Amino acid sequence: MNYDVIIIGSGLSGLAAGIRLAMFEKKVLIVEKHVEVGGLNSFYTRKHRTFDVGLHAMTNYTPKGVRTSPLGKLLKQLRFKHEEFRLCPQEMSEIRFPDKSIRFTNEFEFMEQEIAEQFPSQIDGFQKLLTHIREFNELDLDDSQKISSREVLESCLTDPVLIDMLYCPIMYYGNAAEGDMDFYQFVIMFKSLFMEGFAKPIGGMPYILKLLVDKYQSLGGELRMGAGVQSIAHKDGELQSLQLENGETLVADKVISSAGIVETLRLCRPKIVAESDLEIGQMSFIESIFVLDRMPKEVGYDKSIVFYSTEPRFKYRVPKGLTDVTSGVLCCPANFQYPEAPPEGIIRVTNQANFRLWDAMARSDYRAAKKEYRERGVNALLTYFPDFSDHIIYIDSFTPKTIFKYTGHLNGAVYGSPTKIKSGRTPVKNLFICGTDQGFLGIIGATLSGISMANLHILQAEAKSEYGRI
Amino acid sequence: MTRDQVRQAILNIISDIAPDEDLGAIKDEEKLRDQFDLDSMDFLDIVMELRKRFNLEVPEKDYQELVSMASSVEYLFPRLKDDELVS
Repeated sequence: MNYDVIIIGSGLSGLAAGIRLAMFEKKVLIVEKHVEVGGLNSFYTRKHRTFDVGLHAMTNYTPKGVRTSPLGKLLKQLRFKHEEFRLCPQEMSEIRFPDKSIRFTNEFEFMEQEIAEQFPSQIDGFQKLLTHIREFNELDLDDSQKISSREVLESCLTDPVLIDMLYCPIMYYGNAAEGDMDFYQFVIMFKSLFMEGFAKPIGGMPYILKLLVDKYQSLGGELRMGAGVQSIAHKDGELQSLQLENGETLVADKVISSAGIVETLRLCRPKIVAESDLEIGQMSFIESIFVLDRMPKEVGYDKSIVFYSTEPRFKYRVPKGLTDVTSGVLCCPANFQYPEAPPEGIIRVTNQANFRLWDAMARSDYRAAKKEYRERGVNALLTYFPDFSDHIIYIDSFTPKTIFKYTGHLNGAVYGSPTKIKSGRTPVKNLFICGTDQGFLGIIGATLSGISMANLHILQAEAKSEYGRI
Repeated sequence: MTRDQVRQAILNIISDIAPDEDLGAIKDEEKLRDQFDLDSMDFLDIVMELRKRFNLEVPEKDYQELVSMASSVEYLFPRLKDDELVS
């Protein structure tokens, strides 16, 4: 069977690329090794409850009528109406550090006011930072110069606590690297979290994914589940074929892989890159989901999302131990502006975790450690928030090991490799990447990544070179 | 196709690529870009839809002819007059 394009992975980027290509009558196949679509933004079911993975909230929320935002562009490119995404905006979120709190909503002026009140000496510097952010074209696919965001922040702000407080949400929601972050990624995240905002779709990830899959299939796109790729064959650096784990060989003019850059290059035969040359992502997380017998607000949790640190200085790096509970993200999915309250109150807590240590554990130790670190995580929360332990009716946790098992991302690195390939090009001709390692971040970013790579590398061939620019 | 049908064909395309827009208020003489915030990607979608629906190639040098509804009809009518209107 010959395809115009085969896409590896049915996450948001793969599905979006598939929709664009099928829309313009390309013969396209998505191969997915898992039994569910969604990749890093999927869902799972336990005891009749469906939980999203990867989704606390959708960032980049802009209301209907804003056409030039990432969400506006995505809707046009995939041809959805704004209301089809059924997005319910957040209520209020918070960055909570010892002695300091910055609250924020989807109205950016509110956050500016909070910073002016909490950090009066920093407000001029903050405005200077905003000028840098507004003037920066973070979506330029050709720009490969590296700028340290820490240097930019330190050139504008003199209070390290404010710098850490800005970094806490931004790094938790999208930084593949430890400690510092490329400025363009910082800008993408800053805009998507603070200048745009948070929302959740009614029905969560299953709903959004079904919307994309239905559109893709209605346009004639093919989707094969349980179809893992064994290898990508190339000859003299030019794509030849794909071999599936079941032994089948598939041929396509072009392949777009959302498996990750390192993961994709490792599939290539003959081997093209020494593995030591490849930078593998390290940052991973443990997340616990607590189902309560009442709504979070009734036990004193009134924010949509809280990014917290119990220490004065925030660290973003692979912890030396299994998990670092001194910082984290607390999400109450019910605290969004839903037309109807969700059936159950849920609190989710995310902490930084060490893949290597979690992966090395024996099964019985692993289960005990999950329980122990879940409890330690809750205890750390009690620094700021009331105890909800008496109201828990169901608990589930996933670790870096779980993330690797279901997504194939090495080290369970949810934000992929620290090295991003903005052009999507690989050393193999006609093999491209999209998704988290292409460098657009978040749920909307991943989707735009698929759109822009399909535009740039496939549809562009029939149009002009400007095509594909977001 | 008549001129009116060519205009309808263009409206159909725009309503597909920008489903949130109210096209009832379209002003034929004004730039589409300004009325609907259409960017270069959207214009290429229009071009690709013309190819898909009518097998019509619009060369890059002619993209400027699609700037408004009126200029688009002017440009496309002679090229589509022998085609049937499709949705």
